[in-house]
Amino acid sequence: MSVSVDVPSKLKKLTILLIACVVLILLTVDNAVSGNAADLFNPAGLDPQQQRGAYLTRAGNCMGCHTARGGLPFAGGRRLVTSFGIFVTPNITPDKDTGIGNWSEADFWQALHEGRSPDGQLLYPAFPYTEYTKVTRQDAGAIFAYLQSLPAVSQTNPLHDIRFPYNFRPLLYIWRALYFKSGEYVPDPTRTEQWNRGAYLVQGLGHCNACHTDRSLLGGAENDLAGGQIMGMNWYAPSLTSHLEAGSRDWTIDEIVELLSIGISERAVASGPMAAIIRQSLQYLSEDDLRAMAVYLQSISDSKSDYAADTTPPVPISAYHELVKGERLYQIYCQECHGSFGEGVPGIYPPLARNRSVIMASPLNSIRSILEGGYPATTTKNPQPYGMPPFQQILQDEEIASLVSYIRNAWGNSASRVTVFDVERGRRVGTE
Amino acid sequence: MLWVVFEVNASNVVPDTMAERVKACAICHGEADTVGQHVYYPRIGGKPWGYLYNQLRNFRDGRRHYQPMAILLENMSDAYLMDIARFFSEQEPSDYQPERHIMQSSEVQLAEWLIFSGDEDRGIPACSNCHGTALMGKTSYIPGLLGLPRAYLTAQFGSWRNGGLARGLVSDCMSEIAKKLTDEEVNAVAKWLAIQAVSVKPEPAETLTPELANRCGSIVMDGPGL
Repeated sequence: MSVSVDVPSKLKKLTILLIACVVLILLTVDNAVSGNAADLFNPAGLDPQQQRGAYLTRAGNCMGCHTARGGLPFAGGRRLVTSFGIFVTPNITPDKDTGIGNWSEADFWQALHEGRSPDGQLLYPAFPYTEYTKVTRQDAGAIFAYLQSLPAVSQTNPLHDIRFPYNFRPLLYIWRALYFKSGEYVPDPTRTEQWNRGAYLVQGLGHCNACHTDRSLLGGAENDLAGGQIMGMNWYAPSLTSHLEAGSRDWTIDEIVELLSIGISERAVASGPMAAIIRQSLQYLSEDDLRAMAVYLQSISDSKSDYAADTTPPVPISAYHELVKGERLYQIYCQECHGSFGEGVPGIYPPLARNRSVIMASPLNSIRSILEGGYPATTTKNPQPYGMPPFQQILQDEEIASLVSYIRNAWGNSASRVTVFDVERGRRVGTE
Repeated sequence: MLWVVFEVNASNVVPDTMAERVKACAICHGEADTVGQHVYYPRIGGKPWGYLYNQLRNFRDGRRHYQPMAILLENMSDAYLMDIARFFSEQEPSDYQPERHIMQSSEVQLAEWLIFSGDEDRGIPACSNCHGTALMGKTSYIPGLLGLPRAYLTAQFGSWRNGGLARGLVSDCMSEIAKKLTDEEVNAVAKWLAIQAVSVKPEPAETLTPELANRCGSIVMDGPGL
């Protein structure tokens, strides 16, 4: 091999380099079409443990929070706006200075299981270690192995901006005494393996309770999966245990799996933050894991048949003219897709008649859906979903109030009236 | 009898088309006479697909700020955004009613000078250099400038001048150009563009020169979607 390079060959190399640059730019133009995050989870050369970790990392949707909008995956920087202040998610790529490149597997386990950073500092529970503590050591190890296999990204994120007194970390000792119990998931021997797998995923990695629960003034989870306002998000995460909200006792397993993996089913559609969870995480879970989650979710819900007939009081006569106004708006703007009887089109436009997300006590999600519109998640099984226009562009708050009141009381639906104040509240968008 | 049955069924069938899927966009970008407030919203029909695709991704990923668009696109894959961009690029430019603005002849001259000649001394290229002699853009990445309301055009100049950060984190030639324009010039150009009729589609494909691609990184911006 010759070390010396003569001038003509140097020129030739320069020319080749120039051509390569032009080609690269043209390729970049083409690549703008094919950029795909899927490759991130299926790169070549992962060992079996890392592959398992990639799957589990998705099941826990770590990327969802640890990626800023439009930012580099896992490099953190996403702002979570809460009533305690703004939390900024950290970089969890293996960069040694700005990420977790210096962490050991034991450090990672301690963070996930105990909510402590490697230097012993207590972590804020915006990181859902209250749920992640249930993850097994083996699974945590696999996730760590996968994260360490990612390309290191050097990205320093802004500090948290937490209000006094919550910025005084030792207060977390009190918080933890009240709301945190560390411990891996303990299988219930009276239940099937499938049920236990579902419970493990829902309670642990899936951290469903991070949203589907009410929180105390101190941000502690009040109940298990019984629904609540999502902190800092202005969406209501419906109860997974009540048949009046998103409890699934009266659904088939297939139907639950359908909603979780496709994002829309015959009678429901996941919107708002849940659509994001389906797009980023749930659609990629194995059929076995989805079925296990469905079995568990079905088991924790009560059933309509457990109760006497619904006793919601009808809307007072004084409100009728408002409902008539709402009906007129419905005919103009909604009927074309949702049908004259609120029947919708299965799998395309959700039905509104007897749709629990329309008639549940909190009208917030219905209001936001009308204000902002939106598309169900694009998933492999529903790559081109149909969408809903953002009606805030053309309707006044009073009109939206009448419309929601009408929808909540038409075609056999029965629910409380919605006021202009409710619609105003729906406009307060939290995070980002 | 058969005919009746057919009618009943037809009313329940949702067309499996892109047109049906993007009906949600029409509330703002639809035909002018069906829209309640159309003074601001830009024409999207007939714009080059590459431009539309990048703007859709910019809105979704927070590089271009308009919350209603960000929320609408939040859960869409790159592939679907591409389908949407292609669909709108294939539409005829919608019937644009040229706006009516009173312009002094000096103002018209100023606008036409900037648009078709530019000001070399200040490093301001002619609009027609990149956006085509008919100002209807060039496939696949350069948008047309006609058929857009003045309010929309002025707002875009505003965000470009405010640092350009709102428009993108990558190199952005329009930000550099907009910062060199005076208020008077922006107003004249925006008015002049808004009063023109729309008649033609973008000029045919032209390979983006590496120089332009480099200077206007936001136009050919690449990167993984989420």
